[in-house]
Amino acid sequence: MTLSRRALLGATGLVGLPSGLLLPEASAQSERVLRYGISMADIPLTAGQPDRGAGAYQFTGHTIYDPLVAWEMDVADRPGKLVPGLATSWEADPADRKRWTLKLRQGVTFHDGSAFDADAVIWNLEKVMNPQAPHFDQRQAAQVRPRLPSLAAWKKLDAGTVELTTKTVDSLFPYQLLWFLVSSPAQYEKLGRSWDRFASEPSGTGPFKLARLVPRERAELVKNTAYWNPARMPKVDRVVLVCAPDAVTRSNALLSGQVDLIETPALDMVPQLKSAGNRVVENVTPHVWNYHLSMLEGSPWRDLRLRQAANLAINRDDIVSLLGGLAKPATGVVDPASPWYGNPSFKVRYDPTEARRLVQAAGFSPRNPLKTRFIIATGGSGQMLSMPMNEFIQQSWKEVGIEVEFQPVELEVLYTAWRNGAAHESMRGITANNVAYVTSDPLYALVRFFHSKQVAPVGVNWSHYSDAETDGFIDQAMQSFDPAEQDRLMARVHERVVDQALLVFVAHDTNPHVLGRNVRNYVQAQHWFQDLTTLA
Amino acid sequence: MLLYLIRRVLYAVPIALAVGLVCFMLVQIAPGDPINAIVPADAPQEVVEQVRRDYGLDKPLPVQFGLWLGRVVQGDLGRSLATGRPVTADLVPAVANTLTLALVAAGIGFVLGTLLGTVAAVFRGSLLDKAAVGLAAAGVSVPHYWLGMVMVVLFSVTLNWLPAMGAGPGGSGAWAWDWAHAQFLVLPAVTLSVIPMGIVTRTVRGVVMELLNQDFVTTLRGKGLRRGGIALHVVKNAAPSVLAVMGLQLGYLMGGSILVETVFSWPGTGFLLNSAIFQRDLPVLQGTILVLAIFFVALNLVVDLVQTALDPRIRRA
Repeated sequence: MTLSRRALLGATGLVGLPSGLLLPEASAQSERVLRYGISMADIPLTAGQPDRGAGAYQFTGHTIYDPLVAWEMDVADRPGKLVPGLATSWEADPADRKRWTLKLRQGVTFHDGSAFDADAVIWNLEKVMNPQAPHFDQRQAAQVRPRLPSLAAWKKLDAGTVELTTKTVDSLFPYQLLWFLVSSPAQYEKLGRSWDRFASEPSGTGPFKLARLVPRERAELVKNTAYWNPARMPKVDRVVLVCAPDAVTRSNALLSGQVDLIETPALDMVPQLKSAGNRVVENVTPHVWNYHLSMLEGSPWRDLRLRQAANLAINRDDIVSLLGGLAKPATGVVDPASPWYGNPSFKVRYDPTEARRLVQAAGFSPRNPLKTRFIIATGGSGQMLSMPMNEFIQQSWKEVGIEVEFQPVELEVLYTAWRNGAAHESMRGITANNVAYVTSDPLYALVRFFHSKQVAPVGVNWSHYSDAETDGFIDQAMQSFDPAEQDRLMARVHERVVDQALLVFVAHDTNPHVLGRNVRNYVQAQHWFQDLTTLA
Repeated sequence: MLLYLIRRVLYAVPIALAVGLVCFMLVQIAPGDPINAIVPADAPQEVVEQVRRDYGLDKPLPVQFGLWLGRVVQGDLGRSLATGRPVTADLVPAVANTLTLALVAAGIGFVLGTLLGTVAAVFRGSLLDKAAVGLAAAGVSVPHYWLGMVMVVLFSVTLNWLPAMGAGPGGSGAWAWDWAHAQFLVLPAVTLSVIPMGIVTRTVRGVVMELLNQDFVTTLRGKGLRRGGIALHVVKNAAPSVLAVMGLQLGYLMGGSILVETVFSWPGTGFLLNSAIFQRDLPVLQGTILVLAIFFVALNLVVDLVQTALDPRIRRA
């Protein structure tokens, strides 16, 4: 039975309620305001480098600040690419490939009116890379230092040029600069050299200024009318970020008109959201929900047949249905639209007959199953519907002769296990983990998992995978300064990863957003970085 | 009385210490690493270890606890591992928000519970009694987060009368006692009030019924006192027991509203604890639980004192 508002009002004699009792209409009269229900329990750090992962950059990163090297965020129909940000160009010295020269954009000012120049860049690098610097900020450093693993040194060449030096030759280094945002040294001085005060009154060069911050509740961003990049001039006057970590609460807030758009709706409320006239927007997103299989001595997954069988036993279309259609079947670490996908010969698909044959060839069967144990997350950011998905897959595997027992833990615990690697004593008896993660660039998608120098605990090659050919492709890519060649080599790495079925590939998140009827022109990039200036 | 008061305040010290220690140990025993609240999940080991040293998380546990305790006695609850903000900066507004919610919920629950309980006792066995007992049972039994969701669907989504979440149109920082803000309080407060309403109803009903059967009530009737006069005597006699239950309920409301605050995104201590638990944000957890424990102890003390004032038979030597 549908409960109509008018019927209820009439029945209860409340048609004549004073208008003050009803909620205000969604849109403001004088200025164009959009209220955005975000999935985070707190507003990400506003002092320069956001915390709370890649998804936080769209809120307090690329709104208030700019990176030196930016990501193309205004295209939805293809993967973006590196584009000039506060640096207009970047080039490795042909004589010493470890030295990168960055030409800086002229005429850019911070929100406080001070000039952006090479001194500001060096000051910001010292802020996060040099613990001895007087303005070093531990909080920001903890976020961005891990994102800049190749950076060794930095110096100013002139007011408009800086030189960055990498530890080894690394042609993929510009991807690391995407994460490095520039805040105002003058504002820091003005606020008594306090990062706490700076977080409340930040100053960057970005398209929005922070007008108001209520920690754990909301942040109000207003249009920076003096923004240097006309292509990213905000189309609304004010964006209000409202913390609503619970998906049902967030969805209800949209349905009741309390916010204008939300990220990640409650899956079972999607039909209701759509029928209320809201639009669901999603896109290919660099993320993969998967299982990393241990390659250590004694692990059953050293047998290629079992790894392939584990992949073939899963009906990914059913998984996507379970996720309300808001996901994409994964046939690799990255989506086929990615330049690093290549052309793997092993086709990840649903073929239970072949899966059973492979399991039998490896000496197991449904009557005599392979028994093993995985560590999985009970839920959390990026893990989608973790338990239902795991249980569905567990059943699928059982039908082909793979009996997996799960050790469910909180995501934070799983992260610790991830960093420790499969050989850690706490992983005894565990042969796979299922951390889902960002795959936005070659380092994040492939290098950190499959290069032998990244074996945990140095990196997050949890599996202890080591393969000279894979290492060779990665090393060549890092030595190549031709973007097309880099892509080709990374595609070879990816082909090798898929052909060897190193992971069990399950699904890609599509980062669904639900837009109210009053929201127009939102462009959802194929990335976790999104551009709120496209909202209208 | 003064000695009693001093003794009770002194009792609170070891309780607070024990709460702090237990909370500290529980977080240490729980699997996971507080460092995850600070660095990205895939941070290289060298960065993780560096950050661990920077935050003093590499020190032996007794040293960490001692350092925390040393700061606490100076009124410093430390800084959140996750946000870097001082714990008190988050805790003070959170306590204020939870207190607002708890007091309003308690007001609704206690008034309704007292009314229903009294009516049920006076009209024992009647339809009114059965209805009151039924309501009380429902109040205690219905999961309040479920009730909260149902109320949001009805009053926010369907009727659009009340906001679905938040603490005011501009957040709790700009709270004012007008309808524009108070409407944000209605649904979470009503949701939270159903359990104390149920418990108080049952308590009042039981106590009043017992009192109504006592000899002094018969004597009062025999003296020709009307129902109103008798009720005054009964209420006065029932107050100490009912107050004790109400004090406990208020304490529970302060500490036990995690689910309701999450459902309504109400930025109180429950909401704060929820994210601190998932992030292993030890300073926030310890600080919040310590403050809530002290509040609980203080509340019990106040209830004891009020009981004494109401009933001279209760002696506090």
